[in-house]
Amino acid sequence: MSDTHQQSIPFVRDTMLPEAPPPAAETGIVKWMRENLFSNVTNGILTLAALAAIYYLLSGFLPWLFNGIWDAPSIRACREILQGEVGGCFAVLTERWNQLLFGFKYPDEEYWRPSLAFVLLFAAAAPVMFPNHVPRVLFFFTGLYPFLAYWLIWGGPILSPVFGLLGFVVGYIVWNRLVAQSFAAGFFGAIVAALVTWWIGGMIVEAMASENTLLAAVPSRDMGGFMLNMILGTVCVSLSIPFGIALALGRQSDMPIIKWICVLFIEFIRGVPLITLLFVANVVLAYFLPPGTTFDLILRVIIMITMFASAYIAEVIRGGLAALPKGQYEAADSLGLDYPQAMRLIILPQALKISIPGIVNVAVGLFKDTTLVSVISMFDLVGMIRGPVLASTEWNGVYWELLGFAALLFFVVCYGISQYSQWLERQLQTEHR
Amino acid sequence: MKKSVFLGALTVAGIAAGAAAAGTLDDVKARGTLNCGVTTGLVGFAAPDANGEWDGFDVGVCRAVAAAVLGDGSAVEFVPTTGKTRFTALASGEIDMLARNTTWTFSRDVDLKFEFTGINYYDGQGFIAPKALGVSSAKELSGATVCIQTGTTTELNLADYFRANNMDYEPVPIETNAEGQQQYLAGACDVYTTDRSGLAATRAAFENPSDHVILPETISKEPLGPLVRHGDNEWGDVVRWTLNALIAAEEYGVTSANIADMASAPGDKPEVNRLLGTEGNLGEMLGLESDWAVKAISVGGNYGELFEKNIGENTPIGLSRGLNAQWTEGGLLYSPPFR
Repeated sequence: MSDTHQQSIPFVRDTMLPEAPPPAAETGIVKWMRENLFSNVTNGILTLAALAAIYYLLSGFLPWLFNGIWDAPSIRACREILQGEVGGCFAVLTERWNQLLFGFKYPDEEYWRPSLAFVLLFAAAAPVMFPNHVPRVLFFFTGLYPFLAYWLIWGGPILSPVFGLLGFVVGYIVWNRLVAQSFAAGFFGAIVAALVTWWIGGMIVEAMASENTLLAAVPSRDMGGFMLNMILGTVCVSLSIPFGIALALGRQSDMPIIKWICVLFIEFIRGVPLITLLFVANVVLAYFLPPGTTFDLILRVIIMITMFASAYIAEVIRGGLAALPKGQYEAADSLGLDYPQAMRLIILPQALKISIPGIVNVAVGLFKDTTLVSVISMFDLVGMIRGPVLASTEWNGVYWELLGFAALLFFVVCYGISQYSQWLERQLQTEHR
Repeated sequence: MKKSVFLGALTVAGIAAGAAAAGTLDDVKARGTLNCGVTTGLVGFAAPDANGEWDGFDVGVCRAVAAAVLGDGSAVEFVPTTGKTRFTALASGEIDMLARNTTWTFSRDVDLKFEFTGINYYDGQGFIAPKALGVSSAKELSGATVCIQTGTTTELNLADYFRANNMDYEPVPIETNAEGQQQYLAGACDVYTTDRSGLAATRAAFENPSDHVILPETISKEPLGPLVRHGDNEWGDVVRWTLNALIAAEEYGVTSANIADMASAPGDKPEVNRLLGTEGNLGEMLGLESDWAVKAISVGGNYGELFEKNIGENTPIGLSRGLNAQWTEGGLLYSPPFR
């Protein structure tokens, strides 16, 4: 027995084994691929099919991209250089670069003006978009920016934007004075004061009009290219949010006239295609105005697009208002807040937070819809491509390069907006989830 | 108008009633520029170049009228119009004349209240086919698939033509010319049909234009010309006779090269003298300077020169004169006499 025991002394290890690498199939890229790409036969087949599809697409796209011609006077010259090989004719982008960005009539020597306005747009938007990360002083610049940008892009007498600004300032002062007595007096008093200021300012500007202004005046008709899309997109989105809030609140109002005006406006505008509104702006208004007068076309289009977008944003915000529990309204009332205070301090901050994805959705859609102005013969980016560039004898037939470029520009802007909105949602996230 | 967007909106009503009901000719003279409606871009006919200067066959007519009236071919404000906005722009007075490859039809002339002042291009619907198809005439197209823009007169013309010739075809509906170009090249249809000038421009954009042939048949009439508003006959006369002057100049051999010589003193051809104002008072009758036609022709040359420079056989578009040759050479261009 003892023998047995002696023979069966178990093996006892007294040193640690050196660390061995995990089996090849359970580590690194191989493991990742086994788990994610080839976990079973079906997935394996799908992976291979997807790889084949990607290869097929890239093998067509990459030579076209890298073999592209960037310097040639016409599409025929491009083809001569390529000698039948695959390659894009990107020379159209280099030759017509300025036209695609600024339109074909904006004076060359003034290109710095819209470019500067574009750069300053970021500085002006920063205090609104990142209020906790930017000094509050910059809010003044945000307030000044619309007038500065207008002066930069359109040029002309500096007095026009100054009086434009002055009208708002006077209106604000009057409102501040009168709002203590009654809201209506403040509201209408401010509007009247601003209109009077603009009217007087208009006469002064007319009287002092001279040919030599610091910045040469550029008429609206000469605006074009991506600049026009940016102008329309920025102005209409920023105007339609306040209008949309007012309409949404109006629709929930207890006062029947205000409620019905808002309901009618929203339902009518939403029931009409944007393109119809643009035709009204371009064509029908021309019949109503006396011959010889031109009511600035860009202004007409801005009004129409803003109306259209406000109606949609109003409905988005109404959704946000409806999503708030009734207790929030009652809590505001029980604190003794009046209607503006309750809205400003309690209801709207929550409702707007809920509405962010919807508002961004409308804003992105609206920005892309600005290309519709090409059907009323305005030369925005798409209008430039479809009209002057493709109709030139040099570049007739270059479709992919031009439209791909347009798609790229729009993608960059729209993706930026969407990323910002997601960041904003995370910033405002206060619930415990 | 030198007004800001903001202020302009507010004051527009106040300054409205300024424009009196003077004739268009006086308006143009007072304004110092001609507002001419053109397309937003059509190869060879009107398009801004890389420097933003408008150029093309229709643009040439605008510049000639501006030169005749104002003495300066660059005193034109080109107003781009689309097929949907062109007529309202003219009717509302936003433009003084429309030179935008517009087909002269009964209803446009009579019902829409416009005045066509002549024909500067005789177009018509044609067919383009690959050489490899081996057809030399549209009569051989029985059973072919045809790319055709939907909702246009070309669709109706096509149906009429095939029925009249007892042939059948299969339509491939497309939306725009660009789409037609792609579908045709991809082989979705045997032939593509649209206006012949459009076919030529389309073919010019092909990688191998010589592999495709435009069939000789023209199956519809599309006379294109400049038009003005109904009711202002003085202005209509100015536009009509400027176009006629360009056509007549070619017939009489007046070109932009020799016009300075010929206009300096009366020559031995009385018709040329009357045209160029060295004899008679035709300009005065129109309410213009006596050398109005000289200025109009000097800008871009006579009709033939405009044609050759913009859409002729030496351009990528490569249109032959065909119906647009002078009547003396078997075409339809026939200017009434200048006397």
